[in-house]
Amino acid sequence: MLLLPAGLGFAFLVLPLLALVVRAPWRALPSLLVSPEVGTALRLSLVCATSATLLCLVLGVPLAWVLARADFPGRRLVRALVTVPLVLPPVVGGVALLLLLGRRGLVGRYLDAWFGISIPFTTGAVIIAEAFVAMPFLVIAVEGALRSADRRYEDAAATLGASRGTVLRTITLPLIAPGISAGAVLCFARALGEFGATISFAGSFPGVTQTTPIAVYLALESDPPAAIALSLVLLGVSVLVLVSLRDRWMTGASR
Amino acid sequence: MTLEPGSPGLDAELVVDREGFTLEVSLEVGAGEVLALLGPNGAGKSTALQCLAGLLPLSAGSATLAGRCLDDPVAGVFVPAPERRVGMVFQDYLLFPHLSAVDNVAFGLRARGGGRRRAREQARDWLGRVDLADLADVRPAALSGGQAQRVALARALATRPRLLLLDEPLAALDASTRMQVRSDLRRHLDAYAGCTVLVSHDPLDAMVLADRLVVVEGGRVVQQGTPADVARAPRTDYTARLVGLNLYRGRAQGQSVDVEGGGTLTTAAPVVGEVFLAFAPSAVALHRDEPTGSARNRWRGRVAGLEQRGDTVRVELDASPRVLADVTVAAVAALDLTLGASVWAAVKATEIACYPA
Repeated sequence: MLLLPAGLGFAFLVLPLLALVVRAPWRALPSLLVSPEVGTALRLSLVCATSATLLCLVLGVPLAWVLARADFPGRRLVRALVTVPLVLPPVVGGVALLLLLGRRGLVGRYLDAWFGISIPFTTGAVIIAEAFVAMPFLVIAVEGALRSADRRYEDAAATLGASRGTVLRTITLPLIAPGISAGAVLCFARALGEFGATISFAGSFPGVTQTTPIAVYLALESDPPAAIALSLVLLGVSVLVLVSLRDRWMTGASR
Repeated sequence: MTLEPGSPGLDAELVVDREGFTLEVSLEVGAGEVLALLGPNGAGKSTALQCLAGLLPLSAGSATLAGRCLDDPVAGVFVPAPERRVGMVFQDYLLFPHLSAVDNVAFGLRARGGGRRRAREQARDWLGRVDLADLADVRPAALSGGQAQRVALARALATRPRLLLLDEPLAALDASTRMQVRSDLRRHLDAYAGCTVLVSHDPLDAMVLADRLVVVEGGRVVQQGTPADVARAPRTDYTARLVGLNLYRGRAQGQSVDVEGGGTLTTAAPVVGEVFLAFAPSAVALHRDEPTGSARNRWRGRVAGLEQRGDTVRVELDASPRVLADVTVAAVAALDLTLGASVWAAVKATEIACYPA
């Protein structure tokens, strides 16, 4: 009874990807991938997604630590707020960033007036938009790793004379390293695919803010083979991400 | 015993209040002395160790080690764990899984400011002392339980602590390795000059390893003394049931041991020199006539005491050596055991634990 809808569900998820692979201009692919437009978009995406992931690591790991370890009033609320970007439509995120950091934004107007800095529609804006939507992935993964880590290792390190900083550096972080790298990979994948927040906060200037997903969207009109080639690259990256997380996720169902 | 001010010992009055549970235990341990906290699970033994380690603050009382106050809530003193000269071996050892054996042992030396190379050299030296020099570069996951225990011991001792804490040091081991690890551990404790407090729920471990026992029940000390004293005169049911071992000291030659105070016992494996022998009262069978079974230890005595404990009766025999036996109520009736009755005791050699004195 359930086999038919189950099969349909599977086909529904897999057939579009199959179509992408089948209809790809394989012969023209090498020349498409080295064309300047495609190369520029891919390079920009790589730089922005990597920078966004680093930004998320620098800010997200301490945030995860506070959520997992510190006990303060309103922690549940903070935790809920941190996860908002997960469910928020990315376009809304982009608009919100504009209202904060735009030239007339809450903070942006002072950045402009005092330092002459204007963030929107720059590569920096792309990185900020991507980090905004991707950071919750990292925070949740790292917080989970911290919660499931055996804190008695930290006790053992303390009895051996290690200060709190030493314990964090030599025991806690190495122990949760798998959780951090899984979170970083997820974070990177989410940043790489970011579209809505980026286009509304950073726009679409080739070489500056036009990342691969945006380039795909625009090329669908003007240059469909290029759009397919870029899509294939993004699909390839997704598969890589899945493979790198397989121990964590594909065996997760049996736990 | 009382400690002079400034003596290298531990003097602690541990009081901890935790949700509906109060621990109140006084401990005095001299340098080189091994004290065992013995008690059922939930008696508060591990809590006491955590207080001494500095992982848990006292609610009241105080702890002084080698003349230095570590914790005194009234005076507002609390020395955190990293600043205490205390080493701890945890129940499941807690070797850092991402570090090799030698780096585990070197960890404390590094944390206390030693250089990397020197710390590693010393760590290798410590691993050599616990006979693990060839496993220095192995990760903890690849070590057997007994090996992991020795690495944990080396790690705790490497920082030269004044106080060594052992939390159920043998509980995670299977029976076959336990005997060997137990006698190794005793050798290392003998060589250690500081104070040792170990926690165990196993009376045999406690008696083999410790110079003095403190029996804790429900957060309070119910009895203390040398292992022999506690075994001979248990004061509570728990002590009687678990600690009420037959414990003897004697001189061994081959498989035969001449027991101090008279009598001879036969052990399963040959031993030499001064030894302790121990077996549980439940390992003793009583017979009206000389038994013909396989038990290699048989001797005759007179019933000197009968005490019912639940559905068993503890029988004390005036014999050489004196012995306690746990038998069923039915057996008491069948054997017609009354004060002064003459009976045979029988114990299999394999039931007797034997360890160097």
